Amino acid sequence: MTQQTLVRPAAASPQPPRPRRRPPSFRRQGGAAHVFLLPFLLGLVLITAVPLLASLYLSFTDYDLLHDPELVGLDNFRRMAEDERFWASVGVTLRYVLVSVPLQLAFALLLAVVLDKGMRGLALYRSAFYLPSLLGSSVAIAILWRQLFGHEGLINAVLGWFGIEGESWLQNPDTALSTLVVLNVWTFGSPMIIFLAGLRQIPEELYEAARVDGAGRLRQFSSVTMPLLTPIIFFNLVLQTIGAFQAFTQAHIISGGQGGPLDSTLFYTLYLYQQGFQSFNMGYASAMAWVLLVVIAVVTAGHFLLSKYWVFYGDER
Amino acid sequence: MRAGLRHAVMCVLVVLMIYPLIWMLVSSFKPSNLVLSEPGLIPSEVTFDNYRDGWDALDEPFSLFFLNSLFVSVGSIVGNLFSCSLAAYALARLEFRGRRLYFAITLVSVMLPLHVLVVPQYIFFSQLGMVNTYFPLLLPKFLATDAFFTFLMVQFIRTIPRELDAAAWVDGAGPFRIFWSVILPLMTPALVTSAIFTFIWTWNDFFTPLIYLTSTEMFTVPVALNSMMSSETSSGVGALFAMSLLSLLPVLVFFVTAQKYLIRGISTTGLK
Repeated sequence: MTQQTLVRPAAASPQPPRPRRRPPSFRRQGGAAHVFLLPFLLGLVLITAVPLLASLYLSFTDYDLLHDPELVGLDNFRRMAEDERFWASVGVTLRYVLVSVPLQLAFALLLAVVLDKGMRGLALYRSAFYLPSLLGSSVAIAILWRQLFGHEGLINAVLGWFGIEGESWLQNPDTALSTLVVLNVWTFGSPMIIFLAGLRQIPEELYEAARVDGAGRLRQFSSVTMPLLTPIIFFNLVLQTIGAFQAFTQAHIISGGQGGPLDSTLFYTLYLYQQGFQSFNMGYASAMAWVLLVVIAVVTAGHFLLSKYWVFYGDER
Repeated sequence: MRAGLRHAVMCVLVVLMIYPLIWMLVSSFKPSNLVLSEPGLIPSEVTFDNYRDGWDALDEPFSLFFLNSLFVSVGSIVGNLFSCSLAAYALARLEFRGRRLYFAITLVSVMLPLHVLVVPQYIFFSQLGMVNTYFPLLLPKFLATDAFFTFLMVQFIRTIPRELDAAAWVDGAGPFRIFWSVILPLMTPALVTSAIFTFIWTWNDFFTPLIYLTSTEMFTVPVALNSMMSSETSSGVGALFAMSLLSLLPVLVFFVTAQKYLIRGISTTGLK
């Protein structure tokens, strides 16, 4: 282990390097490990790292696939700042994320808590609620949604029974996005199952102790269930937010690939797709992709930073 | 009494959630002109025309699109099981420099948006002449880029007692032998979960085939549905519903038969 001290002088680190016992075959395992990791490493380089850097480079170029990329500096980003459709897509996506993610998680949490109280037929309800989240991302369901919320669709027919005359939800720019929000809320089943798994982890003793102290149902929920569930809420929040930023299929199908009416369903990814793969503005699309990456990274980092104010990790931390 | 009320509320909610699916099922057996004018659940007229018309609504029959989807999905399963299990074993069990770094990269790339990579990937595949082939859909799966599954398998391998490895080691087995004869058989549940989720995600995937598949005879089912929807000459809502419903059937089969694995998969890793 003298090699390690040569590479990393003890003076540089505050603690002396802990001598680690390697298995005798360390060298052979390192070799074997890289054989096992060969597909992974190839993928990391070819499918992830190189494209990541290439798209950074392309974001500073003008590129249409036919001619060589031409460096244009920050032009793509300047163009973005003045592009009304770009800002429309940002607004639509932010609204979608801010509304649909909390709604979906609230539903998931509420039903998980109700189902967890030892209801008979739990498995059956759980299955029924879970089914939509398996199907929700498919084109078939988006097609169904188009018919549900169309002018003569099922929703308006049902409203008609109550004497309410509905308009076409999809052709009205004020309501088109909310049909997509409803679709996302409809798929609350998978976060619900994660919540259910989390609720199972809460020891029954804590509830008993709370009851002994005279805590009612509500108090038990707010003082035992919620704090212990915050790590799971956090986990779901991070994952669903990242997912919502990348929503594509449903908006594409519902608006026929246009993002209409009046760009009211023009998700960020949909506009990126139009720019990159319909207009072949590969440079502009790459610039948009990097903005998305930075936004998702910042939002995720923000979630982690804020988490220390509300996520409860038990006594030891 | 209280329990009864709760059941009643739950039942109403279940009906609300599932009703659209049932409506689609019933509508697929109605003549197209009645789908919207008679939105009730009991059709005044039952017909199988939608299935016949829908099947041949595009230049190629839907049987071809189903076969294409099946090929891509099964290929993706093979790719993911092969590449992710190899990577997961190395990350969970072997000692080598950079192990922590690789594991951290795996975790971060779970969150990496596909859209950042898709433009250069498209350029890469188009320069190799692979646009309108299945290579761009399958190659990434054989290179362990679905980091979710690598993560899931690492977590699972960590629960396998190390004594088993050690025993095999004493008997003279090397890492490859240990992987093949000890770890792989024991991680079957993780493999099954990964296979099922790979199938469902690939089967439903729309974005990637939309970008890479350009000619009708290469279409997978979701792209075919999209094309059927946007072509004005299609045979109407009924046929569209009929084909949409058929496209959901394989997912429904997994939902009914493999729910244990699905639920376990989400509970442990937060898969969708």
